Formats: sequence, structure tokens, C-alpha cells
Amino acid sequence: MNDKDRSGEETGIPKRTVEVAVALLLFTCGAIVVFDSHRLGSSWGSDGPESGYFPFYIGMLICLSSLATLGQVMFAQWRDRKTTFSGAVARRRGLFVAWGPLRQVLSVLIPALVYVLFVQLIGIYVASAVYIALFMVWLGKYTWLRGMVVGLCVNTGFFLMFEVWFKVPLFKGAFDPLWWLGF
Amino acid sequence: MLELSALFHGFAVVLSPFNMLLMLIGIVLGVIIGVLPGLGGANGVAILLPLTFTMPPTSAIIMLSCIYWGALFGGAITSVLFNIPGEPWSVATTFDGYPMAQQGRAGEALTAAFTSSFVGAFFAVLMITFLAPLVARFALKFGPPEFFAVYLLTFCSFIGMGKGSPFKTLASMMLGFALAAVGMDTVTGQLRLTFGFHDLMRGFDFLIAVIGLFGIGEILLSMEEGLSFTGKTAKIDLKVVISTWKKLPAYWLTSLRSTLIGIWMGITPGGATPASFMSYGVAKRMSKDGGKFGSGQIEGVIAPETAAHAAGTSALLPMLALGIPGSPTAAVLLGGLLIWGLQPGPLLFVEQKDFVWGLIASMYLGNLAGLIVVLTCVPLFAAILRVPFSIIAPVIVVICAIGAYTVHNAMLDIWFMMLFGVMGYFFKKLDYPLAPLVLALVLGDRAEDSFRQTMLISQGDLRIFYSNWLVGSITGLALMMLFWPVLSKVIGRLRDA
Repeated sequence: MNDKDRSGEETGIPKRTVEVAVALLLFTCGAIVVFDSHRLGSSWGSDGPESGYFPFYIGMLICLSSLATLGQVMFAQWRDRKTTFSGAVARRRGLFVAWGPLRQVLSVLIPALVYVLFVQLIGIYVASAVYIALFMVWLGKYTWLRGMVVGLCVNTGFFLMFEVWFKVPLFKGAFDPLWWLGF
Repeated sequence: MLELSALFHGFAVVLSPFNMLLMLIGIVLGVIIGVLPGLGGANGVAILLPLTFTMPPTSAIIMLSCIYWGALFGGAITSVLFNIPGEPWSVATTFDGYPMAQQGRAGEALTAAFTSSFVGAFFAVLMITFLAPLVARFALKFGPPEFFAVYLLTFCSFIGMGKGSPFKTLASMMLGFALAAVGMDTVTGQLRLTFGFHDLMRGFDFLIAVIGLFGIGEILLSMEEGLSFTGKTAKIDLKVVISTWKKLPAYWLTSLRSTLIGIWMGITPGGATPASFMSYGVAKRMSKDGGKFGSGQIEGVIAPETAAHAAGTSALLPMLALGIPGSPTAAVLLGGLLIWGLQPGPLLFVEQKDFVWGLIASMYLGNLAGLIVVLTCVPLFAAILRVPFSIIAPVIVVICAIGAYTVHNAMLDIWFMMLFGVMGYFFKKLDYPLAPLVLALVLGDRAEDSFRQTMLISQGDLRIFYSNWLVGSITGLALMMLFWPVLSKVIGRLRDA
């Protein structure tokens, strides 16, 4: 993954590809809604409209609108072939995200997903403290001590606020590491 | 003057120490939420909603609506000092606000922004006080067909008034309806779109969607832009405030125009963001200094701020009077009503007088309190933004996760939140609007119910939507809104010919 190609321009994921992918995904969602509504009955039952009556049309509209978006993207591509922008302008316009920023986004998204996985296992408080500390050390270049202090303080605050004051129990995880606190 | 006595009764409800304290907490939290990237009015209220389940509904709505006012004020601080709009509706404030800060007139810009926010909100609340009961009384005559026609009007205006592709608006809106349909069908008891997963029986809660779409999605976007906050400092003292206040009356016409634009855009679900842009554009065209806009004109701060606050406030009118929210944040507040066991709709004015008038009275006091808080504490709030993003970002992710969990005490919701976050990132980058999705998710079941009831009445005949003048004119208006882009082009062409 090079950030720049040979002519020194930014490269990345083309916008058109994502545009088409999202439209197709939406179309699939619409189709699922249509089929499930049809299964439930999308017409008039003995006692009035059946369960699938309303969602059937919703699904149809999702399919139609995503097809229209798809058509627009295709049309734009066909039109751009005649009046070609060249060089950096076209690239800039055509990019959904360049590789550099994408790496930034993934460097937040992937740890966040791992964090949610750990919430599932060891509960919100411990996972959050570790997550905040690691995030600060890894992306913010803080020292371990600082990261751990902030992570601990923030989560002690949350613990007091939710468990003690508002009496709203949060998720403690499959292996509750805070069992000894008695909450 | 029935409204006035009701309003005074409302003030009596609000002026208890407990409610006043909640109001202050709400305002301060709201400003913080407005200042932080990734947390906004809608998801801030969504995250805090579960904490209010145990409070009396009136106190809860006072606190939550004050968070909303606070967030409206807070957006201006980041726009002026950091050139980073904390909220989408304060983008237009950066155009002239930040240049003013660069010239060392940050205090003046902020005072102007806060004061005009207050003015916009004040007139919008005044309008709500007298118009909302009328609308509600009128809406008592509504049956299912009329209500469905009003829903139709709401959703059609999104398509017609939206800036982007109407197909994308439609897709996003219908996706909201489809997500709302997941789970148990309330009429027949059948399971829809669950595919055998028991966890899907509850359906998708819109609070989860709001937290994911606006919270996580926003963090991902901010990360892509590689935010680094380098801002101007501001100190507001009494001298600056008074000298700015002396200048403001000269721009009364701009304020008035912006207020009207804001109120109009707030009631029709245009929302605060387009209202602020529109108002800025109109002010630029009408002002005699129009050419200088963008170089630090105080008028360029007054116009968008007044309109944004007026729109944000008047978005509560349809929410209160008809049970149809005019903005995502109003939608979250409406969700709150349902959770507290209140039935939104025109009957609210009859059955829950304390609640409605307490809320309206708190709008007056909350905005006044907000104005005082922001004028006195600007340096404090600006300091929050100097906390590095690599500390704020994970803390916000954690807050979002906690918020998502507390809605139903369900771990699966945190996963859904992440999914909605990724979806929000893609939708925002591809210009799919998020507000219609959220509103459809909130209103989906009720829109469907009113449609089914209508169809039962008419035995499946769609002509019922033209059966009398009332429902006919609402439906007609809805269709006009839907085809507005086409209609306006045709009219323009006819005029040219």
C-alpha cells in the first residue's frame, strides 16, 4: 500500500467503488425485506392487512432507490468519459478515502472492535480502563504510567456514577474480574 | 390568555430547587457535549436518557432539553475559537466567527453568537407558547388518515427539501422504516425479519442507532481528518459584553429575518443545519456589507446563530403538538416520552399539563441560564478542547458503549452500535443523510399503525387520503413537497419563457 503512486499523487479507494458497493448492499437489504414480508404475507388477510403489508413496500422502495443511485453512478461514469478531468483533480474527486487517512480510521476502528470483544469477556470497567490506556500509549505516544492513571481514574468515576449513585449496573463480562467489589 | 396562566403554572413547576439544579447540570453537560467532537445534541441526550428513567418525567425532560440548549450554545465556542464546528449547525458560524477571533475580536464574536442564539431561541419559544396549543387543539380532530398524511408530509419534505440526491434520502429513510419493522409485529404478534434470532425480537432501538451513527461515526470521521486543535483564546469580560450588546440592535432586521427562517426550517423538518446556511446566505445577499462577509463581519455570526437556535427550538413544536419530531434530537426526546410512559401527540396538552408547560417554561429559563453560563465560563469550556484527541477519543468510545448498554442492558447492543458507527461513517462520506433514517426508525411503528388503521377503515382503498378537505390538503401538500425539486424547476422555466 503506497500512499503515493509514481507521479506523486495520492492513491486510495475510489469513491465509485464504494458508491456501487453501498448501493448493492442496500439493494440486498431491500430484497431481504421484500422476501421476508412476502413470506409473512404481504396482502390482505381475513382480518385486515397482514404483517408484511407495510414492510413489503418499504423493501421495494429501498430496492428502487438503490437501483436509481446505482444508475446515477453509472451515468456519471459514462458522462465523465467524455469530459475527462486529468491528474490530481480527478483523483481527488474520485477518492473515497486515501490510504493514509484510511489507516488512521482503521487504527481507531479495529481497537474499538477488539475493545467491544473484551467488554464481552471481562466487562465494561476493566476493558475500558485497558482500552483508554492502550489508546493513549499507542496512538497518543503517552507514557504507560499516564495512560494507566487516566484509564483508572475515568473508570473509577464511571463506576461510582453508575453502580453507586445511579444504581445502574453495567455489564461485568463473562469472567467478572471485579466480583470482589460485591456489586 | 389561557396560555399565559398555563405558562405561569409551568414556571411554578420548574422553579423548584431540584429542577433548577437539573437545569444547570443539563446546560453545563450540554455545552461540554457541544464542544467535544463526536458527542452532539442527539447522541448526548441518547446516552443520558437511561439515567433519567427513575426521575419524574418533568424533571427528566427539563434536564435533557437543557442538554440540547447547551449543545446548541457549545457549538459556537469551537467554531469561533478553533475554526472547528462542534456541531453541524455551527459550520456557517466559522465563516465570519473565526476571522473575528484571528483579529483578536473573539470575545465580541462569542458574545454576539451567544446573544443571537438566545434571541433566536426566545422568539421560537414564544411562538411555541402560543402556537403549539392551537396546533394541538386542531390536531385533536385528526384520525388515522390525517396522522398518516402528516407523517407523509414530514418524510416527503425530507426528500423534497434535502440538498443531496433524493434517492439517497429515500434509501436512508426506508432503511430506517425497515429497521423499525424488525421484531414483533404489534398488531398480529408475528415475528418480522428476525430470521430465528431471539435477540432481534426486541428490534433495533433508535437510541443505539443514534449513538452509533452520530457518536462512533463522528469519531471515525474526525480521525480521518487528523484533528489537531490549535485555537485562539478568548476572555469575555463585562466591557466586551456591553460594547457588543450596544452594537447588536443595529442588526435587528438580520435577527428578525434569521429568526423567521429558523422557525420555518425548524417546524418543517429542515433542521438547524440548513437553517443556519440559508440564513447566512440571505444575510449576505441582503446586507450592504455583503461583499465583506467571510472577513469577520459580526452580522455573519448573528445570522447563522440566530437561525440555528430558532430552528433547534421550534423543532420541538411538532414534537409536542403532534408527536412528530422535527430533528434527530427532538426524536430522541420523543423516545424519552415513550419510555417515561407518556403518549406523545395532541392529547399531551390535555392530559399532561404539568409536563408540557413545565417543559415550555424551562425553555425560557434554560436559555437564559445557558446564556449566563456560556458568557461567564467560555475559557473553561475552551480548555476542554485542549485535552488531546488521543485521550478524548477513547473516552468518548467508552461513553458511547456504556450509553448503548444501558438502554436495554444488552451486550449485543454494543455490537450493533459499532455496526451503526461504521454505517454512519460510510453514509456521511457518501452523502446519505442520517436524520431521515433516525426519524423513520422512531416513527416507523406509529406510521405503520396509522397506515394500517387507515387501510382497515377504507378496506384497502388509497382514495381515503383524498376523502375530505383536511386529509386531502395535507396529502396534497406532502406530494408537492415530494416533487418540489421538479416543480421549482418547471416554475423557473415558465418564468424564463
